[in-house]
Amino acid sequence: MTKPSPQALRAEALESLLTEKGLLSPAQVDEVIATYSERVGPMNGARLVARAWVDADFRQQLLTDATTIVNEYAFEGGQCEKLVVVENTPDVHNVVVCTLCSCYPWAVLGLPPKWYKEPAYRSRIVREPRQVLSEMGLDLADDVEIRVWDSSAEIRYMVLPMRPAGTALLSQTELEAVVTRDSMIGVAQLRDVEG
Amino acid sequence: MTDDTTDHMSLEGTIAPPMANGEIIFEAPWQSRVFGMARCLCEQGQFSWDDFRARLIEVIGAADAASGPGDEYHYFDHFLAALTAILEEKQLCNPAEVSRKAMELSNRPHGHDH
Repeated sequence: MTKPSPQALRAEALESLLTEKGLLSPAQVDEVIATYSERVGPMNGARLVARAWVDADFRQQLLTDATTIVNEYAFEGGQCEKLVVVENTPDVHNVVVCTLCSCYPWAVLGLPPKWYKEPAYRSRIVREPRQVLSEMGLDLADDVEIRVWDSSAEIRYMVLPMRPAGTALLSQTELEAVVTRDSMIGVAQLRDVEG
Repeated sequence: MTDDTTDHMSLEGTIAPPMANGEIIFEAPWQSRVFGMARCLCEQGQFSWDDFRARLIEVIGAADAASGPGDEYHYFDHFLAALTAILEEKQLCNPAEVSRKAMELSNRPHGHDH
């Protein structure tokens, strides 16, 4: 059996000390981890997107006051003090980043993927978004304007992707399954659904 | 068309293509533990998430400045450093204490390290 890494030992030491001091218990930590790995995730954002596609009033409200909507849905996993939803159109493509650390709309997307936190994405998506998106598999036409939204402690962003073709007959629940996390970060577009 | 763009791409390292929903967020159990501890302490009001975020930005900023092209990035090392820093600042836990405890744990007989 390999020896635990120095970080694993420090983390274990920290948890043990904080437990001794009565500041937390391992069961509480377990509970937080379970919440973020099972109950908080992109399925929440997908519910908002699918509803926005079928309900014009809801869509309007989502684009003007997403914070209120998220509070009404009462998703777990805070960090959505103020959520702004930005809409992709044939002419404008939005993409989200946190240049300074790893801010991310947890309540609607869960915890961020590894690449979102890496310096390569954080620095380059601002400077050369078209190139970075292309490397990630999204080639946008030259006449599509790209808007990069830098998350902060105060404001988190989520992208409302365009509804793909071939989904006219799908129910709202079926539409939720079409939405991907990456499309709500803005590093992907949704593929048309085959009829 | 020339090929002179290829090199400048590799300067900043490549980006792993994102995977589908449900990708693993924590690469090792200790990473989920430090995340869980930070959230717990925050929920209990020991510090605000903004306070923690400020430490995280400092640690990440320093690491970004010190890192070279092609260096591997270890986000949760920075997360752990930020948590240690704020616990010291709030006088909740001293880093020297953590080091001592970690040393103690590393000297456990084999088989005790889950």
